[in-house]
This record gives sequence, C-alpha cells and structure tokens, in this order.
Amino acid sequence: MENGMLIKTTDLTKVYPMGGQSITALDKVNLSFAKGEFAGLVGPSGSGKTTLLNILGSLDVPTRGSAEVLGEKIETLTHRKAAELRNHHIGFIFQTFNLLPVYTVYENVEFPLLLLGMAPAARRRAVLAALEWVHLSDRARSRPAQLSGGQCQRVAIARAVVKKPDLVLADEPTANLDAENSHHILHTMADINRDLGTTFLFSTHDDKVISHLRRKITLIDGRVAKDEPGPAAEKRP
Amino acid sequence: MIIPKLALRNMLGAGIKTWLNAAVLSMAFVTIIGAQGLYRGWDADISRIMTAAEYGGGQYWVKGFDPYDPFTLQDAHAAVPPALTERVEAGKATALLYVPATIYPGGRIRSVVLKGIEPGQKALEFPSSALAGSGAELPALIGNRMAKAAGLAKGDTVTARWRDARGSYDARDLTIVEVMRTSVQSIDEGQIWMPLQTLRKMAGMPGEATMVTLAKDIPAPGAIPGWDFKGLDLLLKDIRDLIAAKQIGGSIVYVILMFLAMLAVFDTQLLSIWRRRKEIGTMMAMGVTRGRAVALFTLEGGLNGVFAALLGAVWGIPLLAYFAKHGMTFTSEQADSFGMAVDKGIFPVYGAGLVLGTTFLVFAVTLIVSYLPARKISRLKATDALRGRMS
Repeated sequence: MENGMLIKTTDLTKVYPMGGQSITALDKVNLSFAKGEFAGLVGPSGSGKTTLLNILGSLDVPTRGSAEVLGEKIETLTHRKAAELRNHHIGFIFQTFNLLPVYTVYENVEFPLLLLGMAPAARRRAVLAALEWVHLSDRARSRPAQLSGGQCQRVAIARAVVKKPDLVLADEPTANLDAENSHHILHTMADINRDLGTTFLFSTHDDKVISHLRRKITLIDGRVAKDEPGPAAEKRP
Repeated sequence: MIIPKLALRNMLGAGIKTWLNAAVLSMAFVTIIGAQGLYRGWDADISRIMTAAEYGGGQYWVKGFDPYDPFTLQDAHAAVPPALTERVEAGKATALLYVPATIYPGGRIRSVVLKGIEPGQKALEFPSSALAGSGAELPALIGNRMAKAAGLAKGDTVTARWRDARGSYDARDLTIVEVMRTSVQSIDEGQIWMPLQTLRKMAGMPGEATMVTLAKDIPAPGAIPGWDFKGLDLLLKDIRDLIAAKQIGGSIVYVILMFLAMLAVFDTQLLSIWRRRKEIGTMMAMGVTRGRAVALFTLEGGLNGVFAALLGAVWGIPLLAYFAKHGMTFTSEQADSFGMAVDKGIFPVYGAGLVLGTTFLVFAVTLIVSYLPARKISRLKATDALRGRMS
C-alpha cells in the first residue's frame, strides 16, 4: 500500500443473493483513505454505505475486487485473522450503540482491552482516560439502561477509541440522537481525531455529521457518485 | 482467562435469571446427593440391623438347607458338630432349629416355621430372653407383623401342628409370651420362636440344629463336614441387590429432575443466544472470534452448574446434615412398604466421592447442554448478528 494510506479498495464489488436474484450492493468501488482522515459515506438507504463499512471493518468479504486495510487484504483473511485485525486496529460505533447491557460503563469500555490481554493497571488507566475524553468519568459504575441515548453513544465512542485504534468505523452514529447530543458526540470524535490522529469513517444521512466531514463520498446504487472535500475540509487536524 | 472472566461477569450481570436457573439446578443437585446418601445410609443401616439380629458374623447351614425352598426344611437338621458346640457354649455362637408347622389362629390355617433359639444366647441382638421364665409349657415369641397377620396377642394360645423327626404329626397349644417389635421382617413374618430345647424335644431332634449363627466378629472355624458356611457378603447379597434395584428405580426420579433442570438451562441458553445475537455481533466486531464466542456462551451455561453447587451448598448442607444427624423417620407401615428392614429411621451417608462425583456430573452435563445451543454461534455471520438476525 502507498505510504500513509490506511485503506485502499480496488473494484470492490459485493453481491448478495436474494431468493433467485442477485442484488449488487457495491459495484466496483475504488477508494483510498489516508491516516487521520475524517471522512463520510453519504447517500440514500440501500446505496451500500453500511456494506462498505462492514467490508472495511473485516466483518464481511467482497464478492469481487479487493479491499486492503492496514496492509491486510480483507478477502483473504481467515475468521481468526479478521478478528485479530478488528481487535487490534479497528473500532466500531453503531447507530443503536450496541453496549453490552449487563456490563457497567467501565466494563463496556474495558471490554476491547480485555480481549487484547492488556495488564490490569494499564487497562484501568486507558479506560479512565477514554471516559475522560467523553466526559463520562462520573458514570463509570452506571449500566447502559441508566444512561441517556447521548451518554450511551459517548460510551460507545469511548469503547471504540480506548485501544487507540488506527481506524474507527461509525455507522449512522447520530441517527438515534437529538441535535444537542449529536453535536456533542461529533465534537468528541473530532477532538479524538485531532488529538490521537485516529481515522474516522462514517456512514450517514445526517446533515449535522456531514457538516463536520472533511471528505464526503456520495454513494448511489453501490457506486461512488462523488468524492469531494467536506464542509469542514479547511479544518485540518 | 478472559473467557471465564467474561462468562462470570455476564452471569452475575444477568442477576435474577442466573439465580433462578441455579435454584432449579440446585434442587436436582441436592436431591441427587440426598437420594444417593439415603440409599447408602439404608445399605449401611440394613447391614447393621440384619447383622445384629439375624446374620451375626456368618452362619453355618446344615447341608441341603435352602431358606427359599420350604421342602428342604423338614430334613434340614443335624447334630451340632463339636467345633460349633464349643462356640455355642462359649456364647460366641447360637444354634437355631427350624421346623415347618401349621397354626390355626381364629380357625384359619397358616403355614409357619417354628424356630428354636436358646433363651440365654448372647450371639444375636434378639429378645430371646422373653422365652425364659414365663411359666408356660410351650412358650412362643412372635414379631409384631406376625401378631398382626395372625390376629395374635401376648397371652393368647394357638394350636400348632408339626411333623417330628420320625415323620409323625403332633399338635399342641403354644402360648404367646411376648410380641417383639422388630424392624427385621425376616425374623418376624411367618415365624414362631421357641426355646431351642423345647423345640428339639417336640420335634424329636435332640442336640440338633438347622444352622449355627456366629456372634458378630467371631471368625468361622473353617470347613465342617455336613455344614456349609455362609459369610455376610453372601447373606447380605440379596438385600444389597434389592437396594441396588431400588436405587435404580429412585434414580429415575432424579434423572427426571436433572432433565427438567437441564431443560431450563438449555432453554435459557437458547433464548439467551437468540436475545443476545446483537450482543454477539458487537463482540465479534470488537474482535471476539466465533470459537471464543461459543466458549463464552458454553461456559456461561456451565457456570449454572457452579452456581447451583454454591446455592445447593447454602441450603443443601444444613438440610442434608440435619437428616444425617436425625435420620429420616418412617412409620412401621411405611417401613414395611419398603419390603426390607428399616429401623426407626434411615441415616443418610454422604461421602466426598458422592459429592464430588455429583458436582462433576452436574457441571459436565450443564456444559454439554450449554454447548448444544452455543454451536449456533459458530455459523453466525457478524453482519447478520449486528442486524439482529440469526444466519
């Protein structure tokens, strides 16, 4: 992969069998992302945004073409290697937060570090630091059911960034949040992008998210319709 | 160590659901140990009371005697050999003479065995002393079951008819001098106990016996011509076989209990995987492999067994210890329904092997039952799981 490139897709195609038919979710997508980008995939429902995020997150594999993430070709990874890639280098933020309900805020954020086998003292420091980034240190002992939607999403952000991954993939992160909470979490992610140099790749319809993007890629019917600087392009980290 | 830690965290986090499952499983757990302990206790108890009242330290049977064949009884008598006479005289053994007879209580006919025993014998824990000093010409001692079945009571007389050694029939009235309460049916039902010398005289069998029972812990003097030695292992074999048969019957109950408990675990695990599929997808997104997810859910289910053991210990140990100390008591009717000797109560016996074996069994079965639904995860696609679908 070229120097400084984190992601590169070449003619990336994903076809889903649907009954007797095939649905092409991604059609020869060619994209590259450099380290530290704050980019978004926009487009209508069914345009392939989530499919692309899933493939880049090694949760799915292309039908044809190639997706290279951090030097690993997704299409050739075994389940175990793909899990390792996610574990070490990729953080996820979901529309519905996907927090583990029986865990406390602290335990949710700690989870990826447990998988990494980090030592307890270092783990504790990292979790507290992550909670500090998202201003939730005082809710460490709460359970997800005791938090508001905005707080849940901030926990999800802390969980995604606690291991300081190279890449965070956020699928509609503000879809379930009100304007004020959306604003807060976007600022939080922008701050983390600036402070830690973490690459953020969003899928979104939300104008509030789009307004923070430094690169905006429009997908229509699985194809890249437009790849342009975002509204926040002038704000370099 | 991460999987056990996460499994424990998940189980504790699930709160009341976990403890409800553990409670159901602990019932099966304690019941298995309790029932097994009861049978062991019964075995120990029955061996003790049968040994004390009937078998002593083993028996010498006159050749040809078969307690299960009434036709052998008439000829099952011989002079007590010197090696056994010595022991009888030293109080280390007691001679018993069996004579088949019929009695006519209340105008009905009933087959019995007249059994002669020395009233002063000390070899067996048997109330034979009641036969001495009654003043009756032909004193007889019967058990409470026999008394009930024949409608006899202390002080009653009953006509007995028997055949003596020469084959002549004779009939006399026996006087019931005592009704003994005994838990051992085999010295009670269908039997009338009389002083040995009296019976010998009645049957024309002077110095003869059907068997000689050694006192407990008295070693057998070896082979004696015309007599067969029957050790305790052989004498108790039928009883132990009967207990084993009852144990198998009883095990059906705890197999059902175990099945219900396992069904609860299986059901919970199946529902848990279905309900938590999004959670599984999230875990996969964070780098949990399918294998680790299967291990996690299997272990979570397996922990039900551990929690059940802990919970079972909390309420089961005091309960089982209470029964071990005070025994499980039965009315004589209940005891008789068991078909073999039961003393005033059964005192369960629990060994370390029983507890550890049951713990291992419950844990192993719980793990297997938990693994079955968890296998679904190994076919689950992370993207489907994140959408809340099962692939």
